[in-house]
Amino acid sequence: MAAGIRDKVAILGMGCSRFGERWDSGPDDLMVEAFKEAVADAGIERDRIEAAWLGVFYQEQSTSKSGLPLSMALRLPNTPVTRVENLCATGTEALRGAAYAVAAGAVDIALAMGVEKLKDTGFAGLPERTKGTFEDLWHPGFTPPGAFAQLGAAYAARHGFKMDDVKRAMAHVSWKSHENAALSPRAHLRNRITIEQALTAPMIAYPLGTYDCCGVSDGAACAIVTTPEIAASLGKRDMVTIKALALAPSNGVEMGHASWDGSHTITSRIAAARAFKEAGITNPAEQIDLMEVHDCFSITELVLMEDLGFSAPGRAVHDVLDGRYDRDGAVPCQTDGGLKCFGHPVGASGLRMAYEIYTQLLGRAGERQLKSPALGLTHNLGGIPNRNVASVSVLGLHKG
Amino acid sequence: MISPVGIRSFGAYLPRLRLERSAIAVATGWATGNRGGKPKGTRSYCAWDEDSLTMAVEAARDCLAGSDRSGLASLAFASTTHPFADRSNAGVVAAALNLPETVRGVDASGNLRAGSGALLQAFAQVRGTPGDALVVAADRRLAKPASEQEMSYGHGAAALRVGAGAELAAELLGSASLQDDFVDHYRASASDFDYALEERWVRDEGYLKIVPRAIQSALQAAGLEQAAVKHLVVQGPGRFAGAIAKATGIAAEALQDDLGSTCGDTGTAHPFLMLGAVLEKAAAGDVIVLASFGQGSDAIVLRATGRAPSPGRGLQGVLAEGTLDQQYVRFLANCGLVEIDWGMRAERDNRTAQSVAWRKHRDVTSFIGGQCSQCGTVQFPRSRACVNPACRAFDTQVEIALAETVGKVKTYTEDWLAVTRSPPHVYGNVALDNGANVFAEFADTPAGTIEVGTPVRFVFRIKDFDAVRAFRRYFWKATPVRT
Repeated sequence: MAAGIRDKVAILGMGCSRFGERWDSGPDDLMVEAFKEAVADAGIERDRIEAAWLGVFYQEQSTSKSGLPLSMALRLPNTPVTRVENLCATGTEALRGAAYAVAAGAVDIALAMGVEKLKDTGFAGLPERTKGTFEDLWHPGFTPPGAFAQLGAAYAARHGFKMDDVKRAMAHVSWKSHENAALSPRAHLRNRITIEQALTAPMIAYPLGTYDCCGVSDGAACAIVTTPEIAASLGKRDMVTIKALALAPSNGVEMGHASWDGSHTITSRIAAARAFKEAGITNPAEQIDLMEVHDCFSITELVLMEDLGFSAPGRAVHDVLDGRYDRDGAVPCQTDGGLKCFGHPVGASGLRMAYEIYTQLLGRAGERQLKSPALGLTHNLGGIPNRNVASVSVLGLHKG
Repeated sequence: MISPVGIRSFGAYLPRLRLERSAIAVATGWATGNRGGKPKGTRSYCAWDEDSLTMAVEAARDCLAGSDRSGLASLAFASTTHPFADRSNAGVVAAALNLPETVRGVDASGNLRAGSGALLQAFAQVRGTPGDALVVAADRRLAKPASEQEMSYGHGAAALRVGAGAELAAELLGSASLQDDFVDHYRASASDFDYALEERWVRDEGYLKIVPRAIQSALQAAGLEQAAVKHLVVQGPGRFAGAIAKATGIAAEALQDDLGSTCGDTGTAHPFLMLGAVLEKAAAGDVIVLASFGQGSDAIVLRATGRAPSPGRGLQGVLAEGTLDQQYVRFLANCGLVEIDWGMRAERDNRTAQSVAWRKHRDVTSFIGGQCSQCGTVQFPRSRACVNPACRAFDTQVEIALAETVGKVKTYTEDWLAVTRSPPHVYGNVALDNGANVFAEFADTPAGTIEVGTPVRFVFRIKDFDAVRAFRRYFWKATPVRT
């Protein structure tokens, strides 16, 4: 049995563009913005990158297919670029490609870039995505908020909560992320809100109101990875290594089998178990210092606290309201504002999460810096609760 | 002795939406002035995702409820508002009913007598050849805003299963048909609306000169006197029927309510709906006369056997299932007579990949799922590998029909962002009683209608319109079981 990639890959440098409604920028601008920061952080020439992975979800939206957009934007010296797409796990998938190439010894230095330019549709919310020709014939014409909202009704029914109680915890989730984003200079939504505002906002998809939904943002984030040995040879002392990178796509059980009750995400549980095994983590709630999870909607973050093993089944509502996941809580979640407030340019989100963990682990997080964190988790949930791709990564400070 | 032919069972369908006529008057009174009298009652109208075809399917299901469909030899679908001019509408209905491809399908159209004409054809057929005949009539006639027809028309459907021998709810005693090119109203092929002539002329020169003769001939054929007639159904306004009873010497007590106060005149379907009302209350031996009207008249004499005609909800059931409505603009929007701005998301291209639609027509139109022959798991859609995580066997699934199954809401949302012509868009996962899980849209579910655990059944509805290519596609949606 293969041992996995734990500590075989180090992050040499990272970059993240400002997220938001970047009316002034195209995908090339956003990629250059993130890359310039990363390559300076890494302290290398761009031509030392031997292979690159580009994550883009909505290729229909101005960025286009293939590896070309990255190769062209950065004027790479015909470096191999692989375009990857795995719904909202796309950014993490790009990192996985680059990390595996390094771990395999195929290349010394690799780049993972995630980018999304969403705000060119002319309307609010996510663009229409292409569907299969068969799905069109029978799938409900769902929206992301409508699909994720269903966790709310099912979760309340499963655990015997009144929706008002779940709504209050959801409001706390969003309030907390706005608080964090206020201290996060590159975040999209940096305003503070009150719990009351979240509770009384207009309904988007029951039970989700406006403040239960994440921002639709433009942005890019990237990572340059290498081996810990090469990183050390390049003078890196404080080093963040990849402890685990796990992926779990649905196989149809949620949408087609009675065993799923709709109140949780099966794939997140599987991906987390795999990641914890690879990273050698036995008690995540005790060992993980911070996390960036896929809070596309407040209800998603709420149920993920249970799926990832940080709250006992049916306890997330209480733990959230008790402040367990606030910035000063036991396991801070979304210290940069998360998808909710930092923003969610789909292809970039996984790498943006890694960027925040990396930033916190290296003590560079400024006003929102946590006290000496050593181990962080990222989680993506691409798709919708009844059919999705989950990814979990664990990043940690490497003691050389 | 020749075995009798007649009607085995009856089924009805009316859309739930019942627009109060006072709402029409409030919205259009500025244009019409005082028409005299206060508008009373309601008229039925289709939800955005209903048309004649979907109503026909629902009426047919009601008529066939609980019975074996394998005995059907033919299906006729009568309407003046078939959604397709060249594509078998009856073929779609037959597929939705999961009837075998050997069932002969025919669309009957051309005028409001298409239903009674198809019924007479059905009687002739079952007398001569084996198998039952299903006759479905449905209409969703449009009317110009502020017109008389807007007030008087309704949308609805009815179905009659016709057979020979025993187990009949009513036996055919005789019939007669007259054909006259009397134009009381007409609608050109390219037109959306009827052009209707003066009512007094229609009554005096049309109804009173044509229908009584047809009735008399039919009674003669049946060997009966007028006095024997216990129930009289005349297609058209109730006030005309009274004059016809008088003209034919049939007792006024035989007249049937024209359902004007509840659903309005449902066109081709209407004589069947009124006949259903009669069948649902008739005693054994009662003689019934049904007379249609439209460039002539078909008169049909029947005798009730006392057998219950309605295996499903029947007319009384669907009449009671309405919801009072005062949204005149929604009525216009559902009729396609005003264009609501549904936003940029509604610009999405809805082109149908016809090769896929054909490849998957059993799944989509007939709502056929798969049952794993190895582990028994029922699943939709069918797939090459079983969805049961403990099985996952390849190529083990056999067809299982899901349309008549029931289930419960597992998850749902009311989505105000998604494009629908009736916000909010309500959809979610449905757990079927047979263990399957279906990701489904809900039909006829305004906000606050359902919750986790609500019992649901399925109805055949329009899934999407393709305005660019004048196409529409159909699929099944979940709707609460209303008791």
